[in-house]
Amino acid sequence: MQTLTPILSTVTAAFLASFVEVVEAFTIVLAVGVTRSWRPALTGAALALAVLAALVLAFGPLLALVPITTLQFVVGVLLILFGMRWLRKAILRSVGVIALHDEEAAFSEETAALRQQANDRRADYLAGLASFKAVLLEGVEVVFIVIAVGSAHGQTLYASLGALAAFILVMLVGLAVHRPLARVPENALKFVVGLMLTSFGIFWTGEGIGADWPGADLALLAIFAIVTLASFAMVRWLRSAYPALTGGFAR
Amino acid sequence: MNVIRLIAKEFFGMFVDDGNLALLALVLVVIIAAAVKLLALPPLLGGALLLVGCLAILLLSVRRAAQATNR
Repeated sequence: MQTLTPILSTVTAAFLASFVEVVEAFTIVLAVGVTRSWRPALTGAALALAVLAALVLAFGPLLALVPITTLQFVVGVLLILFGMRWLRKAILRSVGVIALHDEEAAFSEETAALRQQANDRRADYLAGLASFKAVLLEGVEVVFIVIAVGSAHGQTLYASLGALAAFILVMLVGLAVHRPLARVPENALKFVVGLMLTSFGIFWTGEGIGADWPGADLALLAIFAIVTLASFAMVRWLRSAYPALTGGFAR
Repeated sequence: MNVIRLIAKEFFGMFVDDGNLALLALVLVVIIAAAVKLLALPPLLGGALLLVGCLAILLLSVRRAAQATNR
């Protein structure tokens, strides 16, 4: 159980976080492919993946040079910042302070922009650039998530497999339905990812300052439970304190 | 060069959305780490304080955002 806990939590966190990012990138690549043509869409996406691979190859080996407690501390602090940002947004979306992310709207917005550029002689270049930027920017987050949740306990391989599974699943479903994956409950997924990343961050920052958590890796589950209960309590409290706001946790 | 700037901007934006939340979280980590290293605070207590502190900072941040929208 103590060996399975970090592996399962690492794979799950990497899978869910990557799933959300890949869905968002897929929407833009699909918009480019459908509106303009698949050549710039796939060329832009492939170039972005190449840049991401180069980044991993350039910076990945450097992590092995960092002492493990320093790595846990630095990665832990970055995960606290990253996870709390996701969690904050998910809570605020749940109570209606921030609008829910809508893949159909993102798709329509992108196709409208691409149609406006249709007569530009650089239209193919601009379409490819849109695809490149979408995959690169969402991919940077995936790379960080994989490195962050994987490196502190030497589980980058498991984290990479989680991200790869998310990529394959989105591609399979996306190619099958050939439209934006608007029915994916993005905010619920982001909520879970925010909870997991924040919990990882607190756990590793604690280890980085020398905390010997009771139950070792099982403490991660306890931290996750506490962060989850507190976050749901915040949602309930915000809904009762600010009834004018309308929630949308289901999406 | 633009690609590097684009990546750097995205990377920074990954951690900082509500600047106040990011700053308070960093201050919390620095204070706890300093208390453990310099004032001999038990590391486990430091970890527990980190958990409580992060949740308190999150609560402050979402409350402030809700108040701003509700006005």
